[in-house]
Amino acid sequence: MTVKLYIDSIHDALQEEMRRDDGVFVVGEDVGVRGGVFRVTQGLIEEFGEARVIDAPLAESAIVGVAIGAAAYGLKPVAEIQFADFILPAVNQLISEAAKMRYRSNNDWSCPLVVRAPYGGGVHGALYHSQSLEALFHHVPGLKIVMPATAADAKGLLLSAIRDPDPVLYFEHKALYRWIKDEVPEGEYTVPIGKARCVLEGDDITVITYGLMVHHATEAARELEKEGISTELIDLRTVAPLDSEAILAAVRKTGKVLIVHEDNKTGGVGAEVSAIIAEKALFDLDAPISRLCGPDIPAMPFNPPQERFYMLNSEKIAQAMRQLAAF
Amino acid sequence: MMNAQSLEVPAMIAKRHDKLGLTDHDVVKMYHFMLKTRGLDDRMWLLNRAGKVPFVVSCKGQEAAQIGAAFALNPVRDYVLPYYRDLGVVLVFGQTAKDVMLSAFAKQEDPNSGGRQMPGHFGSREHHIVTGSSPVSTQIPHAVGIALAARMKGHNLVAYTSFGEGSSNQGDFHEAANFAGVHRLPVVFFCENNKYAISVPLRKELACEHVSDRAVGYGFPGVTVDGNDPLAVYAAMKEAVARALDGQGPSLVEAMMDRMNPHSSDDDDRTYRSKDELEEVKSHDPILSFRDYLLDCGVLTEASEKALREEVTVEINVATTYAEKAPYPHPEQALRYVFAE
Repeated sequence: MTVKLYIDSIHDALQEEMRRDDGVFVVGEDVGVRGGVFRVTQGLIEEFGEARVIDAPLAESAIVGVAIGAAAYGLKPVAEIQFADFILPAVNQLISEAAKMRYRSNNDWSCPLVVRAPYGGGVHGALYHSQSLEALFHHVPGLKIVMPATAADAKGLLLSAIRDPDPVLYFEHKALYRWIKDEVPEGEYTVPIGKARCVLEGDDITVITYGLMVHHATEAARELEKEGISTELIDLRTVAPLDSEAILAAVRKTGKVLIVHEDNKTGGVGAEVSAIIAEKALFDLDAPISRLCGPDIPAMPFNPPQERFYMLNSEKIAQAMRQLAAF
Repeated sequence: MMNAQSLEVPAMIAKRHDKLGLTDHDVVKMYHFMLKTRGLDDRMWLLNRAGKVPFVVSCKGQEAAQIGAAFALNPVRDYVLPYYRDLGVVLVFGQTAKDVMLSAFAKQEDPNSGGRQMPGHFGSREHHIVTGSSPVSTQIPHAVGIALAARMKGHNLVAYTSFGEGSSNQGDFHEAANFAGVHRLPVVFFCENNKYAISVPLRKELACEHVSDRAVGYGFPGVTVDGNDPLAVYAAMKEAVARALDGQGPSLVEAMMDRMNPHSSDDDDRTYRSKDELEEVKSHDPILSFRDYLLDCGVLTEASEKALREEVTVEINVATTYAEKAPYPHPEQALRYVFAE
């Protein structure tokens, strides 16, 4: 075990897997000589060369589309979209192509592709460097989406994503890069895709979240512990496919659930989590399902007061948790 | 035009195919494939009009270009990423009349998709045909990715991808061409310019004269050839393939042709093409001109040509009967293969 920053954990996992499997390669904007604008791929071009660390022309659909072709041929591309906000030109390639290659060929072809994309706000990124895009893809059968919250999961989910025989979107939160560090197991450590993690065990209320919000919710739960409220906290880790079993078990344990995400509320991942609970565990509930999410505005503004207004934090989450506990 | 060879064989015209390294046997095979492509296309159209097949998309008028292009490739070595009209190419790469009919009838045994996709959405790992979709041009970056991956693995091959001139306006064409140009990848971009994007004529599609003019912007050669002449297409493709295998990078080959049918079985081209134009198109049917060439240079006789046609008709009849009787997939099969199982 070594304590690592979230960003270093992603870097190291990528490097380890590239050493282990020469079919793994990286393609994206600025991933080579610059080592990525966030430096996730720093040093990889020196170790693996230009053939496996490809500085692509600035064209997202080609980055993903070329990676799809390489994946179909049997390689394991890890494409980087510089900011999740810029994945939209590649949506046709992701939804019409990557997600459907296995299905439309009746299992003849496949697309073992990983697309990494930094997402999320609170970093003065304004409208187009702050968004959470998972809900757009969450609706699409054929895509898996992982969103690690810890350095350990960043490694374990990246290795699982690269080894997965189907396309996986790997959303990494920018605010976690150099803020979060934790113990990362050495060697071939994988975290199964589709399995949530119980962060805290508790009896009074259940909080279900993922990504950056796991940390804010943890802080809120610690605060509420002092007030005598104990929280069952679930980190989904994978938002597609959702771990229904873990969601339902956690809800049944306390009978009260709050779903938290940074992404705006309408049609978000929380809506599906909520529907799963309503369908399967309605009579286990002691309070209405509650959601705390970003507001339904196009994206978060650049100016600090409005950015803070958009972003959830531990105080806002604690407040929602108190209300739920008191119901 | 006279030359030394035609003087030696006064009764026959010069065998242009000799100079291209094609034997008499090769050109008969090409013609056979052209006939099969046309025959299948006509049959599917007929089955649609008879209410037996809900939708078809036609390649009528494009067979010469497709067969000429495919003959410059090697089905064992190369990969193809065809667009929806490229029936001729997938036949050369190994699909059979039976495969095509199973796809038309959307039966379980359809090798492209198990009856999931419309006809014209080709795919077969066994035959190096990469699975395709309906949004146009999405296959073009995939071809670049195949070429990139093959180079990484040390495999010397060509990734061929085809598209209409309409699709050459899509971003994916331009992004992929640029990527391939920058990395000098062994890709052949093959544009089948039939002068229409459904109803939109060429003059409303392009501001430049040729699609091939676009290649220079991406740092590789582009040529325009007569798509009604399989030998001209073969010659241009052969050069493009040689460049690719030699590490010289991609090429764009544009073949000019006419779409002899409406865009699809649901289209009516009389609403946007004049009678005169449609008649004119029929007068340069590439199957007829290649037949004349083969008869003129003595490779085929009237009798052997007729025998070929009959052979193709029998094969298509057998395939049609088989496919029509073949079972559909089970409804619950629809749930399978979203992910690996």
